[in-house]
Amino acid sequence: MKLDSMYQEIILDHYRNPHGKGLRDGDAEVHHVNPTCGDEITLRVKLDGAVVADVSYESQGCSISQASASVLNDLVVGKTVGEAQQVQEAFLELMQSKGQSEGDEEILEDAVAFAGVSKYPARVKCALLGWMAWKDATAKALAGRPSITD
Amino acid sequence: MTHSHLTGLLDTDAIRKDFPVLSRVLHDGKPLVYLDNAATSQKPRQVLDALNAYYERHNANVHRGVHVLAEEATALYEGARDKVAAFVNAPSRNEVIFTKNASESLNLVANMLGWADEPYRVDADSEIVITEMEHHSNIVPWQLLAQRTGAKLKWFGLTDEGRLDLSNIDELITEKTKIVSVTLVSNLLGTVNPVETIVRKAQSVGALVAIDASQAAPHAVLDVQALEADFVAFTGHKMLAPTGIGVLWGRQELLEDLPPFLGGGEMIETVTMGSSTYAPAPHKFEAGTPPIAQAVGLGAAIDYLSAIGMDKVAAHEHAITAYAIERLAEVPDLRIIGPRTAVDRGAAISFTLGDIHPHDVGQVLDEQGIAVRVGHHCARPVCLRYGIPATTRASFYLYSTPGEVDALIDGLHHVRNFFG
Ligand SMILES: Cc1ncc(COP(=O)(O)O)c(C=O)c1O
Ligand SMILES: [Zn+2]
Repeated sequence: MKLDSMYQEIILDHYRNPHGKGLRDGDAEVHHVNPTCGDEITLRVKLDGAVVADVSYESQGCSISQASASVLNDLVVGKTVGEAQQVQEAFLELMQSKGQSEGDEEILEDAVAFAGVSKYPARVKCALLGWMAWKDATAKALAGRPSITD
Repeated sequence: MTHSHLTGLLDTDAIRKDFPVLSRVLHDGKPLVYLDNAATSQKPRQVLDALNAYYERHNANVHRGVHVLAEEATALYEGARDKVAAFVNAPSRNEVIFTKNASESLNLVANMLGWADEPYRVDADSEIVITEMEHHSNIVPWQLLAQRTGAKLKWFGLTDEGRLDLSNIDELITEKTKIVSVTLVSNLLGTVNPVETIVRKAQSVGALVAIDASQAAPHAVLDVQALEADFVAFTGHKMLAPTGIGVLWGRQELLEDLPPFLGGGEMIETVTMGSSTYAPAPHKFEAGTPPIAQAVGLGAAIDYLSAIGMDKVAAHEHAITAYAIERLAEVPDLRIIGPRTAVDRGAAISFTLGDIHPHDVGQVLDEQGIAVRVGHHCARPVCLRYGIPATTRASFYLYSTPGEVDALIDGLHHVRNFFG
């Protein structure tokens, strides 16, 4: 069934048991919403020099947005900002592939499970919500600006 | 499931034959179950034929030119206005303004009042009253007006049952109130509001009343004289007509006094380089080439609905809604957001399903051919009021069947199994 290509077991697992959820200390905080379905995330980034020390978040939303925030946490925490940005870009590219890409498992690990979601334009935003929030929060943390909630 | 206990149903077998899209089959063999009627309705062949006939035989610009097509197009466009006037029991056809949708109609009212002279002018000493269950289209125009004029925006709250809380009506509607704008039927909760009470109170303090009838006009008899309001707005695409056509009905004396909002062709009497004078209403409020074909389509939609009878449409939807409420109660963890009885209730039912997000509910239903709407339904304050991020909404119309309700219930059980 087509639906199983979206709701991969890995995605449902992350949804049921999200990794790293909850707000902890951070250098910058952002709040992003997905106006089409009301998914929301508040996300904090903690940097330790060039390394992503923590990504903590409080979120509300559909399984895709929840699972993707969990996978984000798995993938970027412990990497340097530069490495993490490469993962983020690879994920963005996968989500924009309209079902044409399977994703590079070397870089994306569990996140390749989202390949099926890219076929559903209405859900791509759900999958990207946490990642866009992370990108935004990281930029703010790097700029050393005080944390701003929009 | 047997449906023999349901009374007041229309002959949906016959009606559905008029709606080509309803015979679509989706996702390898699943018949379309279209339960997103509060977002927009499907269109019967009669409306599609009217659009085609207009473009194939009569297309011209209106109110200009003396040639045959221009006269025919004008007669068709103005004929549609007559049909709308009759449909809402307007005292005069000149009270029917064509807009592009309900949003534009409501924005038009807000802008008329922002630019008006006394006594209608909304200014820094004025108050505007709306409700927490409004569609964003009946919130944002008033927020804009309040921001621009310094007027104060006040809100009726909601009860836990999903009804308007009128207990503080005397504090909300006061001598300072210039306009009260309220929905007749909530697009999220399905609640039918007791607008008579609000109209009476507003009249007692000399405030105007605008009614958002977007979710009412498609589903029941709408009588602007019985409502006694000053403005009534609705949108064609939710009542079998094409997109791009809306209506603002307004009381004649008001339309004469209030200033135009958009300027352009059609709305003038004479134009000099110094200034212009305006055509009488409704043309004063219809700047530029109007949505002609869309108005003709709305006229055809009204003919279609009137031939069935709006009282019969309402009875059918009432039966379907009552049946749906009864059957939704069978689904574990399902919570209806809005009145849990079919009394004073329209045919839109919002609900949550345990902690399964509506986005996921809608996706799994879609896989079974069932179209519902998920999200905040452009009524985010309602979601905040009930502490939920979003809902799933099933909404019915004259072609909806009890079998489609059954399909929805089966679909919801499947959703629970899928995420269980
Ligand atoms: C109650 C209500 N008001 C206003 C609107 C706005 O209608 P439109 O988008 O056609 O302007 C809608 C439609 O969603 C509605 O349900
Ligand atoms: Zn989502």
